[in-house]
Amino acid sequence: MLVSEINTLTEEISSLVEKYGAGRQSLLPILQEIQIRYGHISDVAQQEIARLLDIHPVEVYGVTTFYSFLNTTKRAKYNIRLCKTISCDLTNKDGIARALERELGIKFGEISSDEKYSLAYVSCLGMCDQGPAMLINNQVYSKLTPRKVVEILDQIKGR
Amino acid sequence: MPILNKAIVFKQENCGDGLQKALNMKPIDILFAVRESGLKGRGGAGFPAGSKWMLASAAQSDKKYVICNADEGEPGTFKDRLLLTEFTEQVFNGMTICGYAIGAHHGFVYLRGEYSYMIDEMQATLQQLHNSGRLGKNILGSGFDFDIEIRLGSGAYVCGEESALIESLEGNRGEPRNRPPYPANTGYMGFPTVVNNVETLATVPILINKGVDWFTSIGTEKSRGTKLISVSGDVDRPGVYEIPYGTTIMEIIEMAGARDVKAVQVGGASGICIPEAELHRNISFEDVPTGGSIIVFNNSRDMLKILENFMEFFTEESCGQCTPCRIGNKKLLDGVFMIERGECSVQYLRELISLGETMQVASKCGLGQSSPNSFITIMKHFGDEILSKY
Repeated sequence: MLVSEINTLTEEISSLVEKYGAGRQSLLPILQEIQIRYGHISDVAQQEIARLLDIHPVEVYGVTTFYSFLNTTKRAKYNIRLCKTISCDLTNKDGIARALERELGIKFGEISSDEKYSLAYVSCLGMCDQGPAMLINNQVYSKLTPRKVVEILDQIKGR
Repeated sequence: MPILNKAIVFKQENCGDGLQKALNMKPIDILFAVRESGLKGRGGAGFPAGSKWMLASAAQSDKKYVICNADEGEPGTFKDRLLLTEFTEQVFNGMTICGYAIGAHHGFVYLRGEYSYMIDEMQATLQQLHNSGRLGKNILGSGFDFDIEIRLGSGAYVCGEESALIESLEGNRGEPRNRPPYPANTGYMGFPTVVNNVETLATVPILINKGVDWFTSIGTEKSRGTKLISVSGDVDRPGVYEIPYGTTIMEIIEMAGARDVKAVQVGGASGICIPEAELHRNISFEDVPTGGSIIVFNNSRDMLKILENFMEFFTEESCGQCTPCRIGNKKLLDGVFMIERGECSVQYLRELISLGETMQVASKCGLGQSSPNSFITIMKHFGDEILSKY
C-alpha cells in the first residue's frame, strides 16, 4: 500500500472511531463500514482499527474472521450469494446455481478474472416464502428463475 | 407482505396508542400486566416475558438495556421481516414500554446482516418517532427518556442466541456465554438487559392497548395469545400466518394449500420433523412449541437429502466454541454421507443417535442442544425408508 493510501485509510478509521466512540463495542460497526467501502478489511485496516480502539490486532482479526459477511481478502465488485438453505433448495436452487455459473463462467467459491463478480452460497436469507433467493452485495432478489437471473446480471453489467 | 388468512392480534386497528396507555400506568403495573397476560417469548424458547422483565426490573443498577433480537436466522422463518416492515412502530413502542417498565433508557435492535436493506426505512421510522415526541427525551410528556439504536449483524446464525448476540454487540466474536448469570442480571456491558424477540416486543403495545383479559381469551391455558407462523416449502400459498395457540399443524398447512404431504418440519432446522400421521398435533407450549417456522415436504421429497441440508447448515453455523456442537454436527453430517454411500450400519446409526442425545444435554447453547433434533426425528420416522433406499 502507498503511504498516501494508508493515510487516507487511517483518516477514515479515525472518523469512524469518532462517530461510534473509541470503545470495543464500536468494533463491529467500524468493520462493517470498512467492509462496505473497500470490499474487504485489509491487514493494515485491522491494525489501524486495533491501534485506534486500543485493543490487540489479533482481537480484530478474530472478530473479522468470525463473521461470514466480513472478509480479510479482496472481494469482487458484485458479490453474489445464493441461498442454499432448505426452502430455497426445495424451489430449485440448483437450477439457479447452474444458470449463474454458466452466465458468469465461474464456479461457486470463485471470483471472475476481472474481479467484477464472485459466486458463493449463503445460509438462509429469510426469503423462504419467495425462493429461490440471492443477495448481490446488500440487495436481495427473490423468486428467481434461470431467465430472471440473466436479466438481473444484464442490469448489473450495464453499470 | 401481509399476514395471510386472518390476523388476530397483529391488526392495525388493535394497535391504538399502547405507548400512551403504558406511560399512564406505573411501571410495576405494566410488569404485572405482562406477567398476568402469560406472554411467553416468541423466539422459540418460550421464557415468560413478564418474569424476565421483573428480574431485570429488580436488578439494582444505574444502567439497564433493552435489546430487540431481530437476528432472525432459523431456516424457514421470516415473520420478523414482516413485523419490522409492517409493524415497525409497534416493535419500537414495545421496546420503549419495556424500557419504562424495567427502568432502562437505551435500546438496541440487533438486525441480521441479511436484512440490512431494511435499515433505511427503520431509521426513518425512528426519526418520525423522535419528531413526534414518542422517542428521545421526556416521551409524551411523561418525563421518561428512551433511545433506540439499530445495530447490524454480519451473517452469523449463532448470534440469535441471546448471550452470543450480546457478545457481538460488545464487539466480540459471537460466542455464547455460560449461563447463569442470565442477561436479565448480567447482560450488555455487564448491566441488566432484557433480550426479547421482535414478535414478543411487537405484541406488548397491543396487549396493553387491548387489555390482559382480551389477550388471555386467545390461545390455550399455558399458551396465551397468537403465534406468527412462517410457512414455506411444498405449499401453494407460502407466507406468514397468524394462528391462536392450539391450532393443529394440519389446519395451518391446509390454509397454506399443502397437498400430498409427507412430513412437516416444525421449528426450522433446529426443530422437529412431524410425519403425516401426527399432523393433528397442535402448536402450543403444551404440545409442539416453535419459533414459528413450518416447512412442508411432499411425497416426492427424499428425507435424507433434507437432513443433509440441515446438517450442512449446522456444521457451518456452529461457532466452534464447545466440542459437542463443533464435532458432533460434523459427525452427524458424515453419518448422512455414509448412509448415502450405503456404508452406515444400523449399529452405527444407533451410535449417531446416541451422540445426538449427548449433544442435546452437553452443548453449551441452544444451537448445539437443538441441532440433533432433526437428525433424531427424521431417523425415528423415516429411518426404515431411508435405509431401504440407500
